[in-house]
Amino acid sequence: MKRFGQILRELWRDPMGRIGMLGIFLVILMAVFAPQLSHFGPEKMVGLPKAPPSSEFWFGTDNYGRDIFSRILYGARVSLQVGIIAVGIAATAGYVLGLIAGYFEGWVDRVIMCVMDIFFAFPSILLAIFISAVLGRGLVNTMIAIGIVNIPVFARTVRASVISAKGLEYVQNAKSVGVRTGAILIRHISPNVVAPFTVQATLALSSAILTEASMSFLGLGIQPPDPSWGSMLSEARTFMEQAPWMAVFPALFIIVTILLFNILGDSLRDVLDPKLKL
Amino acid sequence: MDHLLEIRNLSIELPQGRRKPPVKLVEGVDLTVRKKQNFGVVGESGCGKSITCSSIMGLLSFPLSLGQGSSIRFQQGDGREVEITGLSKAELRKLRGRDISMIFQEPMTALDPMYTIEEQICESLLFHASLSKAEMHDAALEMLRKVKIPRPEQILKDYPHHLSGGMLQRVMIAIALINNPRLLIADEPTTALDVTIQAQILDLMNELRESYDTSVIMITHDLGVIAETCEEVAVFYAGQVVEQSDVNTIFHAPAHPYTAGLLRSVLSLGGAQQELYTIQGTVPTAGNFSVGCRFADRCEHCMDICRNRAPALSEISPGHLCRCWLHADTPKEETA
Repeated sequence: MKRFGQILRELWRDPMGRIGMLGIFLVILMAVFAPQLSHFGPEKMVGLPKAPPSSEFWFGTDNYGRDIFSRILYGARVSLQVGIIAVGIAATAGYVLGLIAGYFEGWVDRVIMCVMDIFFAFPSILLAIFISAVLGRGLVNTMIAIGIVNIPVFARTVRASVISAKGLEYVQNAKSVGVRTGAILIRHISPNVVAPFTVQATLALSSAILTEASMSFLGLGIQPPDPSWGSMLSEARTFMEQAPWMAVFPALFIIVTILLFNILGDSLRDVLDPKLKL
Repeated sequence: MDHLLEIRNLSIELPQGRRKPPVKLVEGVDLTVRKKQNFGVVGESGCGKSITCSSIMGLLSFPLSLGQGSSIRFQQGDGREVEITGLSKAELRKLRGRDISMIFQEPMTALDPMYTIEEQICESLLFHASLSKAEMHDAALEMLRKVKIPRPEQILKDYPHHLSGGMLQRVMIAIALINNPRLLIADEPTTALDVTIQAQILDLMNELRESYDTSVIMITHDLGVIAETCEEVAVFYAGQVVEQSDVNTIFHAPAHPYTAGLLRSVLSLGGAQQELYTIQGTVPTAGNFSVGCRFADRCEHCMDICRNRAPALSEISPGHLCRCWLHADTPKEETA
């Protein structure tokens, strides 16, 4: 098993992986040090409404005169938080379900995968809207909704790797010397799942951030006056002609962050896939 | 009783959905393995020899299942006979590795690349014996010496990809024998190895069998391996045993046309060999067997009766069983 440090080293050696890691590190720094980096509070009306970018307000101000740069810094917190927690929920539930479905097959598999397919059939944004309509608005419920929406992808990925790992001779061999089911799952099958699972997690992070942006854009996610990149974009659409910077900067950050996660995911897949070596 | 394993009327079924009846991949197999016996199972790919042996360990993979009336009786170390088909999962797990163990065809893939050789040998001990870490280490080391691995101390710390195929197969044998099982199932243990290593591995297995008093079921499609190692042979064709006898009779006086064909298609050194003999046609796929003899379409001696009535496995001379109308002095039809 590759150690964590070795994976990081190999990622660093890959130019794309390096860009992804550095970029995401910067986004994390932004979120962590938002209070220190920003000049103003995210909810303070500090300038004239819709002032264009200037030396005082780097990204301009919005329709209430709030500093967009500060709001983007604080918005990074929301985006990352949603991404990580929602993916955490989706990955944990998906992993367990996929492992059970893949290993036991038969009716257990059919029931689990049938439910997953039903989830899959809905466009993810529609399902997320439905779930948060049931649970109510707000940050926590948004994260739960996005988490649930992403479960099927993980369940499928994990199930597929488990099924292929189960056919491996060394798994058969472990069974033939009398190793317990639980031990087989943990010792021999799980390691085969790690690579696709990790890659899926990085990709899901970007899609979770995007879903949160869309939901906030639709007014279901983060509630004003709290900033999130999606809600900022949503507010900006009425003022597109008068103050394009209100839309440009949040959109830019959404695009770049998602791109960074995707780049990292791609590079991680190359590093973790032994078949691409030699 | 010196019977270690008795398989009676074993059938293995592949379900075809709710409407259609299941396809029988293996049908009506009776085998008896005595203690300390080397039993050969020979047949071409897909004839059911491997799944027959998986079923002995209760390792049939989904969705295969045993047919009604199948019986596999095994005599445990304490002399008690158990019906393997009736065991619970936990009981089966105890049996595997301790009383029955298995060697696989492809040593390169039969070991988990994530763990060292020591960890993998100890895994087999872990579930059957309560030993301390140091004791397990010693046992593993001892076992590697027995399978004649050079530098055992160091090999224990290696990962599977550090070793060659032949070495890995020795490790596999070590894993299989470490709990001193009563029955060892070797599923084509030498197929993936080159010829010189094959011979070494077979010699090693013969030697260890002597010292461990283990019975061996040797599954192979290589008649040479059978000649080298086995005392009793069962020839499989299309999910049935078509001939069974001691190894001399099989090689010198094969009764079933299929066995005879197999023997004629073996390459031998010396003598001006003409073109290699081949058996015409291909094995019928499970589910498409004719009502008569399953070998009829490919048989040189095919008669009318062969196409219409299925012959039963009957004793043509003491200890020699054959499923063929040619040898049926008292023709018996299979009552299925």
